[in-house]
Amino acid sequence: MAVGRDGFVSQASLLRLHHRFRALDRNKKGYLSRMDLQQIGALAVNPLGDRIIESFFPDGSQRVDFPGFVRVLAHFRPVEDEDTETQDPKKPEPLNSRRNKLHYAFQLYDLDRDGKISRHEMLQVLRLMVGVQVTEEQLENIADRTVQEADEDGDGAVSFVEFTKSLEKMDVEQKMSIRILK
Amino acid sequence: MFLLLPFDSLIVNLLGISLTVLFTLLLVFIIVPAIFGVSFGIRKLYMKTLLKIFAWATLRMERGAKEKNHQLYKPYTNGIIAKDPTSLEEEIKEIRRSGSSKALDNTPEFELSDIFYFCRKGMETIMDDEVTKRFSAEELESWNLLSRTNYNFQYISLRLTVLWGLGVLIRYCFLLPLRIALAFTGISLLVVGTTVVGYLPNGRFKEFMSKHVHLMCYRICVRALTAIITYHDRENRPRNGGICVANHTSPIDVIILASDGYYAMVGQVHGGLMGVIQRAMVKACPHVWFERSEVKDRHLVKRLISGVKGTCINNTSVMMFKKGSFEIGATVYPVAIKYDPQFGDAFWNSSKYGMVTYLLRMMTSWAIVCSVWYLPPMTREADEDAVQFANRVKSAIARQGGLVDLLW
Repeated sequence: MAVGRDGFVSQASLLRLHHRFRALDRNKKGYLSRMDLQQIGALAVNPLGDRIIESFFPDGSQRVDFPGFVRVLAHFRPVEDEDTETQDPKKPEPLNSRRNKLHYAFQLYDLDRDGKISRHEMLQVLRLMVGVQVTEEQLENIADRTVQEADEDGDGAVSFVEFTKSLEKMDVEQKMSIRILK
Repeated sequence: MFLLLPFDSLIVNLLGISLTVLFTLLLVFIIVPAIFGVSFGIRKLYMKTLLKIFAWATLRMERGAKEKNHQLYKPYTNGIIAKDPTSLEEEIKEIRRSGSSKALDNTPEFELSDIFYFCRKGMETIMDDEVTKRFSAEELESWNLLSRTNYNFQYISLRLTVLWGLGVLIRYCFLLPLRIALAFTGISLLVVGTTVVGYLPNGRFKEFMSKHVHLMCYRICVRALTAIITYHDRENRPRNGGICVANHTSPIDVIILASDGYYAMVGQVHGGLMGVIQRAMVKACPHVWFERSEVKDRHLVKRLISGVKGTCINNTSVMMFKKGSFEIGATVYPVAIKYDPQFGDAFWNSSKYGMVTYLLRMMTSWAIVCSVWYLPPMTREADEDAVQFANRVKSAIARQGGLVDLLW
């Protein structure tokens, strides 16, 4: 997917992000490795920090170049009104559409990329996010409850469609958007 | 061939005269006062004149920018992204309220949507985080005729460009050679002086000579950088047996502190020129130079300068102190050093510039202006441990210098 002129990220924001990319790339390699992202202190204390870093390295790659960097960040671009109105059905869906934002979040849960969030995967995320204040038994209960609530076809796992459905009232566009200052 | 001769001798004469003048200037106005610790006030006068010129230059630039409708200052130092001021708990409650379709009589501990908040926060830090922001040098409100500090420098008016050109000429052709000569003198005197003092038999005379050699050379180095230092509360200066702890923004902090007091230093072993200087200094006074990995040798030194963590952070923050200096049990004398970036930025971005480039940048700026506050001494209370004491000292220093206390 192209970035830049196609409107996925504006020209000015692209420049800002490039500055940031260069700042993160300490050894001036021209790409970012996992370690570069791990150096960000505030990210290290984020419970989902590791998973977010992993999302930059799809398919087992060890490096992320600038287009790849922007591709992930483009998910978080706010949805402008013009985007939804002038949607050309033949063009690929922009990365910051509601569906793609939800898909990004879904992938943070679905570690093995099988298209479903199993109870086990749910438990893992729970442990990361709620973890220390709650006992293992309580965690399992919560995981069970959460999967049950979202699971419609009764296969014991949450597919992407079920995930989307359970969050249909959620203002995903606003919660998963970051506005870049002009 | 014959026509060249008169010119030759003329040039030689001119060279000779200018060198003599330079040398005399050096000696009379700079080195001699440095030896005796007096000041003619030349630097303060210089600073006042420069300020007037800068004010004029800024006005011209602002006027010029208004005429051409340009945006004058780069606005991005306050952050790349618009951040929400809400806290973690508030955000999660909000997320649950908007996403839940059931009645909220029992608030669940976890919802599928909780992930959104952390996800977004994580992305925000990847795009822009507090610490990295502090690593870029502060932007100035007024322009100080150094093109390196103004990224928006464009042609505004002939007069301004001429002034800037004149500034470049003065800085590179007059100030720079002068400063290099001074630095050279200072460092060689230090090396030679301390080596000579090292041969003296141990005793009061040796102490006396060592003290004065050190002070003299540091004062010369201070003048080599044209550092205009204002000392506050000098009655709180560190005394024998105490430990001096300061916030560390640049490598020249040591020079600034050491020119006002006789310190034994604790620092990391360096190679090259620094190593030569270190080894010479050790002959006259018990400094301790250690490898980063070894943390022993703490009890050898009577008065120390403790540096902070190896990295230099831009002036506006105070990073975590090394715990080691707070465990010895002596009185701690905190010192706050704050640089005014208006005349020259002392900040060293070690990933961007090497040592030599950094020194050159410093020596081709107008001046390095800083303030040093000596804070009242602190001792560790019975009920605090080293970390708490360290934090207490750190906040005292941060408060004094108006620096932002960063929890690192």
